[in-house]
Amino acid sequence: MKSTFATLPQVAHREPVRIRLRQCARTFAGRQGQHTALHPLDLAVEPGETLVLLGPSGCGKTTTLRIISGLEQPDAGGEVWFGDEQVTHLPIEKRDVGMVFQNYALFPNMNVAANIGYGLKIRGYSAEVIRQRTGEMVDMVHLQGLEQRAIHELSGGQKQRVALARAMAVQPRVLLFDEPLAALDAKLRDRLRIDIGQLLRQLGITAVYVTHDQAEAMALGDRIAVMEKGRIAQLGTPQQIYHQPATAFVADFIGTVNRFAILGRGQGSLQVTGGGLPSDYQGDASLLYCRPEDVRICTDDEPVAVRGRVIQRFFLGQSQRLLVDTGAAEPLQVDSSSRQHWQVGDAISLSVPADALFAITGNQTQPHAGEKAESAAGSST
Amino acid sequence: MSTSLSVRSAGVMHWRFVLQLIFTLAVCAFMIVPVLMSVLAGLTENYLVGLSSGLTTRWIAEVWGLYADSIWLSIYLALACLGCTLLLGVPAAYGLLKCRKRWAAIIEELLLMPVAIPGLATALALLLAYGQFHGFRGSWLFILVGHVLFTLPFMIRPVLAVMQAIDVVRLEEAASSLGAGAIQRFFTVILPNCTSGILAGALMVITLSVGEFNITWMLHTPLTKTLPVGLADSYASMRLEIGSAYTLIFLLMILPLLTLIQWFGQWAARRASRSVQ
Ligand SMILES: Nc1ncnc2c1ncn2[C@@H]1O[C@H](COP(=O)(O)OP(=O)(O)OP(=O)(O)O)[C@@H](O)[C@H]1O
Ligand SMILES: [Mg+2]
Repeated sequence: MKSTFATLPQVAHREPVRIRLRQCARTFAGRQGQHTALHPLDLAVEPGETLVLLGPSGCGKTTTLRIISGLEQPDAGGEVWFGDEQVTHLPIEKRDVGMVFQNYALFPNMNVAANIGYGLKIRGYSAEVIRQRTGEMVDMVHLQGLEQRAIHELSGGQKQRVALARAMAVQPRVLLFDEPLAALDAKLRDRLRIDIGQLLRQLGITAVYVTHDQAEAMALGDRIAVMEKGRIAQLGTPQQIYHQPATAFVADFIGTVNRFAILGRGQGSLQVTGGGLPSDYQGDASLLYCRPEDVRICTDDEPVAVRGRVIQRFFLGQSQRLLVDTGAAEPLQVDSSSRQHWQVGDAISLSVPADALFAITGNQTQPHAGEKAESAAGSST
Repeated sequence: MSTSLSVRSAGVMHWRFVLQLIFTLAVCAFMIVPVLMSVLAGLTENYLVGLSSGLTTRWIAEVWGLYADSIWLSIYLALACLGCTLLLGVPAAYGLLKCRKRWAAIIEELLLMPVAIPGLATALALLLAYGQFHGFRGSWLFILVGHVLFTLPFMIRPVLAVMQAIDVVRLEEAASSLGAGAIQRFFTVILPNCTSGILAGALMVITLSVGEFNITWMLHTPLTKTLPVGLADSYASMRLEIGSAYTLIFLLMILPLLTLIQWFGQWAARRASRSVQ
């Protein structure tokens, strides 16, 4: 093992491994009895894939990640597999995983180089190998010149780069991220997100990435698992999650949606509050959804359109978002070019292309999500 | 307008100066002057006559002749006590950090008991429980037990505080994800990052152990007498000059000891940060 390391100058990795969770649940004993953080969960992360766990605070993302890492044990009956090896009862130090934490967790008693080389030192590599490998890692995360710095002399972004390099220096089987960018400011977050994305693609390592930021999830995930209250609400590619959300919860959590309650069906059109939408939708859903960017502002003489009044306008730079009152309980949210001049009170006609309208079918499997859709249906009529 | 403002600010300055002066004088009056008086008393030929009777080291020599054993015992005891509190206290702090909040609170309170209740009561309890084991009762180990009981929380508290401040649990998780086992984690991550807390604890333990009187006075035998007990003896039974000379020796012993610990702590911290590079 040592010799292969010594002759491995480039950042090549071993065969990526598949992660599988089988019936992994986690219950915590709280003051008021048992608290289920995670319902029995089956999940597979394909070799080389980046899976993003996305969801609101407290939905069980960290718990899932910690079960994969070995920092947490699943309740009896749960199994964790890395490839063909069952690792359920292997402690984290034997699992060969790399972890990046939200608050960096760098060792304050060591400088940058020592932090990066720590895992190699623990594994007993020679000083020469450690020095060389650390150098490669420093280059990889663009920290040249900072090797001898103390940790408290680094910026947040630099700290997270060190943490990243430290996790990757030992060439783990799996990389795990727990909201690594949450503590950084927006600009830096974007920058580091791009860097991490590139690295993960280059390395082709199996990775699980926890975040509550949907933009981050979209950018980094090969697939996204949207979690809600200890369950996976939907698992799919970013496109699937965004364009075909399985539940109202997912639709709401990922971006913004407009709801249309169907009041009646005409020839090639649907009757909704404020007018009509061109669509030959035949399904039996009573609610259809669309994204704000898919709403088209049309001329007043368009035959089938929803008409309303602009009640609020948010200038966002690259676009502007208009809130349009159509008589329904919730105003429609419409994105338009930021160069158009809309004033509060203006009359406006809107249309949605038929293929941008979607129904949500998965409500039955998620009782709580169903409740939400119902209440939404009630409020929009 | 501007003049009245400057007058007022001058007034504030004035008051601040007066307060500082009063504070400084109070510190001098109650902390420095008594010590100096005592030191001086230990060096004068005859305290009742005053400095005009001349300066001498006679009293110091006399004290040394009478109480050298106590002085050495005190030092050994303090170092042994430091060793015990390090061995017990650092892992205990770590245990408290890891165990559930409610339990941690209860255990911490129990540990504080020997500090909260009078030393005499602690000593009495120890005598009741173990007084019949004569070999043990007569040895300095018996006093050591009392000192460790009394000083342990003063080691645990600062170490625990540091561990909480630097989020040792998270650091340990990071180390374990990099392949470090429990022992490696303890020596490479936990210990080096807690040196400031350990140092603070060590200073407290040494100071408290050397100066401890209540418990020691109850537990001591004629052969196991520590510095403060000896001091009480000499104040009670001998000339004032001898007691004062005793204080002087006490100061001469404890000050280098504390400096040494402080220096050692800094050296250890520097070495730790260098060795990992
Ligand atoms: N050690 C623990 N003891 C008791 N309850 C816990 C523990 N860890 C997590 N929980 C509970 O389990 C649930 C899921 O927690 P988890 O940390 O996985 O959420 P999360 O999705 O990571 O949230 P966040 O985005 O806020 O980090 C929460 O309700 C939390 O209170
Ligand atoms: Mg979390």
